[in-house]
Order: sequence, then C-alpha cells, then structure tokens
Amino acid sequence: MGKVLLLTRREVSAYFVSPIAYVAMALFLVISGIFFALADFRPGAPAAMRSIFDIMMFILIFILPIVTMRSLSEEQRSGTIETLLTAPVTDIEVVVAKFLGSWIFYLAMLAPTLIYVVLLAAFGNPEYGPVASGYLGLALLGALYVSIGLFASSLTQNQVIAAVTAFVILIVLAMLGPWVATAVPSRYWIIPLRSIIKYATVRTHYLDFGQGVVDLVHVVYFLALTAYALFLTVKVLESRRWR
Amino acid sequence: MRAMIEIDNLTKWYGNTLALDRATFSVEEGRIVGFLGPNGAGKSTALRILTGFLPATSGQARVNGHDVLMESLAVRSSIGYMPENVPLYPEMRVEEYLAFRAALKDVPSAKRRAAVDRVVQRCWLKEVRRRLIGQLSKGFRQRVGLAEALVADPPVLILDEPTIGLDPTQIEETRKLIRSLGGKHTVLLSSHLLPQVEKTCSHLVIIADGQIKAAGSLDELKKGLAHRQQVVVELRTGDAGEGPAEVGRALRQVAGAADATTEEMGGGWLRAVVMPAADADPREAIWAAVAQRGWQLREIHRLAPTLEELYARIVAGESAVDKEAA
Repeated sequence: MGKVLLLTRREVSAYFVSPIAYVAMALFLVISGIFFALADFRPGAPAAMRSIFDIMMFILIFILPIVTMRSLSEEQRSGTIETLLTAPVTDIEVVVAKFLGSWIFYLAMLAPTLIYVVLLAAFGNPEYGPVASGYLGLALLGALYVSIGLFASSLTQNQVIAAVTAFVILIVLAMLGPWVATAVPSRYWIIPLRSIIKYATVRTHYLDFGQGVVDLVHVVYFLALTAYALFLTVKVLESRRWR
Repeated sequence: MRAMIEIDNLTKWYGNTLALDRATFSVEEGRIVGFLGPNGAGKSTALRILTGFLPATSGQARVNGHDVLMESLAVRSSIGYMPENVPLYPEMRVEEYLAFRAALKDVPSAKRRAAVDRVVQRCWLKEVRRRLIGQLSKGFRQRVGLAEALVADPPVLILDEPTIGLDPTQIEETRKLIRSLGGKHTVLLSSHLLPQVEKTCSHLVIIADGQIKAAGSLDELKKGLAHRQQVVVELRTGDAGEGPAEVGRALRQVAGAADATTEEMGGGWLRAVVMPAADADPREAIWAAVAQRGWQLREIHRLAPTLEELYARIVAGESAVDKEAA
C-alpha cells in the first residue's frame, strides 16, 4: 500500500508539470463552461445541473484519453517501464497507482466546475441532492474512462495511438446502446440482443445520477467495469513475460 | 566463495529468434565481471532475465540465492539495475528522483536523505542535484542512472553498457567508480568493447550469438591463449640474397610452424611473423633453421597473448575458434 501511495504521488506530480495535462484541463473547462452557460445557466431554466452532467459524458470521451494517453505508453517509449517493473513492486501496484494518479488529476480537473454550483446558488435556489449525486456519477464515470484510457495506453508506445484507441473504445461503450435502439430495425431476434447492449452501455447507467438517483446497480456497473479494465491492463503488462 | 549470480542453461526465444542458447555461467560474490559480446549477442536479454523484467523460455537463473521467476521481488530487492540507455523521468529533479527510487526500493524514510547524499557524493552529482533530469547532459544522466542503481546499497549491481556514449574522461571516472564497488558489491556489467571491461573487471564472460563462448578470470583467459602465441623474427639473409618469399617458405617448413608472413623492413632486414601450430613453441626450431642457412638474426620473440585477438575471433565466428581449440 505504501508503494501504491508513493507511485501515485509521482504520477500526480508528473501531471502537474506536464503541459499536455494543462491543455486537456483548459479544454475541458472551456467546453464544459460553454455548455453550462448555454444549457443550464440561463434565465428561466431550473436551477439545476442536469444538462451539463449529461453533456459531460460526451465531453469526457474526448478529454480523458488525452489525460491518460501518456500514462503507460510514455514509460514504454522511454524505457522507464524497465526500471519501474524491476523495482520491488508488483505489476498490480503499478497499475493501481497509475489509475489513482490519473483519476486524482481528473478530480482536480473537475473541481473548478464546482463554481457552477456557486453561480446557481447566487442566482437561484438549486437542489443540492441531485448536484451531489451528479458529481458522484461524474467521479464513477471518470474512473471508468480513466481505466479504459490506461488500458489503451498499456497497449502501445505511441501516445496518439493510445488516445485514439481509448477514444474508440469509449465512444462505442458510451453510445452503442442508443445507436442500436434507434438505427437498427426491430426484428424479433434482435430485441434480446438490444437489451443486452442497452445494459452494457454507459449512458443507461450514467443518466440517473444527474437526476438525483443513486442506484446500486449503476454504481456496481461502473466499479466492475473499472476493475475489469484495470485487470486487463495488469494482464497486458504481464504479457511481456510470454510475448 | 558464494555465487551471487547463477545462470543455468538459460534459453530465450523471441518468437522464432533465438536470443540466448543454453547459456550457463556464474558470478561469485564481490567480483566485478564483464559481460562482453558484440551488439545483438544476447547480453541485454540475459540481464533482463536476471532482473526479472523478462522470463526465460527455459533454464534457471538465481540471484543472491533467489530464483528470478519464483522469488522475483526478493531478487529485485537485491539488485541495482541500470538498463541500457539509462531511462529516467525527465520532469523530475535529480534529488527528487533518487529519493523516489530509494523509497520504492524500501530504504526506510529516516535513512533516505543520507542514502541520496551518499550516492550524490559518490557519483559526482553535487552540482546538478536540483536540476531537472531532462536538462542534463548524457554524462550526467548516466551518473544519475548509476546513482539510482546504488541508492539502496544492493548486494548485486547489473549495469547494461554503463559507459556507452560517454567521453573519455567520463569513461575513466565511471570505470574508477565501478572498480571501487568491487568487494562489497557483486557487479555484472555488459559492454561490446573489450578495452572498457578489460581495465575494470577481473573476470569476463564472453557471449556471441546467444552462446557463452568463454568465461573466466582475465589471467585464465590469457593463459588459454598462450598456446597460440605468434613468434616475431627479424632477420637478414645477407649475401645469400634470398627474398621474403624464400624466407617465408623456409619458416613455414620449420617444425611446429603453421604459417608465416614476411615483410621487408629496409636495409635488407626482413620481419617474419610465424603462426605456431597448436601447442607448439617453434622458437628453437626457427633459430636452428636460420643458423643452418647462415642468415643473420637480430630479434626473436613471442607476442604476448591478447584478449582482443580472442574476442575478435569469437566475434568473427565460432568456427574459427573451434578449429584453434581442436
């Protein structure tokens, strides 16, 4: 555990000296700020953050791969993976620390959006329950996206390939359900398949959080998929042993 | 003496490429051993297997009594490893990086400061200890890598090409540093240049095409070469008027000589180099032949055996070495 904290601290401090991380953070804040201003923060709208929480599901598909892309791929490109994995730490500790590092940076990136809550409180009378559950949803969503980004970056030495791979996995995972529901014609055999895909889709499990619903099924969905992506990342690291 | 590194029948395939072919050798405690071989001979592969970064396809390796596969963490705790090209985190400061690595290698926090100070001192990093690693020159990066390997004071040091890319002064400094580590630490360092390991190491393991071609102390290896020391002869045929061709032919016919080359040195003097047949010392026979023909002899001596020659032959291809040994 001590090793995990040590490695996590290094990951987090590496983010805060990396220009690309600041670029991703700025991009995220600009885009989410625009959407907040257009969708939630306007006269006559209810003092809530439902729209921005929903939209963040898409914004983060583009932003988080940029945050995680260098995590393991840069270690492989520069060769530091060799000093890292020959130190007395296990592969699991390394992956968990990498995950925590990126996730903590993501939370730090999210923190400035709390100002939206302040703005809503200044001009209206928001309900804090759905805001809190919305942020819980964002934390879980970010964990899943970060773990998938980490998995993608374990596959390659090239940061761009890592980012694009994560982006493709995320867009499929987030959007496949709605797409299948609307674009694929209904045939009797497709209906069970469609409901399976619907339940596998991020959207199905994420939207409730923004509406103030914390369903254990949704929480388990995010935690389980995150753990699975981290498990796959550990396996990719181990695969150097038999490749 | 206890063997700190034992490699037994180690084989490594990368797909269809054989990188290590039943390699076997051991390194005893406190020794500085040079792991010598041309590029692509399998040095880095062997070192990576020892450090637990890669597994072997078959065979066993033990470091400090621990199996590299079964007790990987124990092995890693007893090794300081500097990989080829010295990968470092460019965004960290020298001091910060060394402290981080010390913590990762279980140096207790109370002793960490002292451990960092010690290696900073030892590897001449004082003036750059607060600099970003990304801004350091190649020589300093190399020293940071060495300091990192030393920071937890491990019993075994594995250094992959520690002097590559350094200028001559830095090479000399690094060599001195490594030599000072002997006795207390067991050092296995790889190189593809013989002169660099010859001055640093007491023992050599020579590898080519994934196979261990020779292993032993420098003296033993040199002794093994003694049987084929070349004989250099300087002579003048004088009034007899024989040219280099005749002299060469005459020397080749001497008992114990395998081959001879001759060249003119001016003033009528000829210099001949006689290659002895296996285990033979043809010096007396040469003298007798020269005396019989009435030639004047001004010098006859054996060339000291050089490891360069051995190494060059090993690199050139094993068939030549086998023929000599037979």
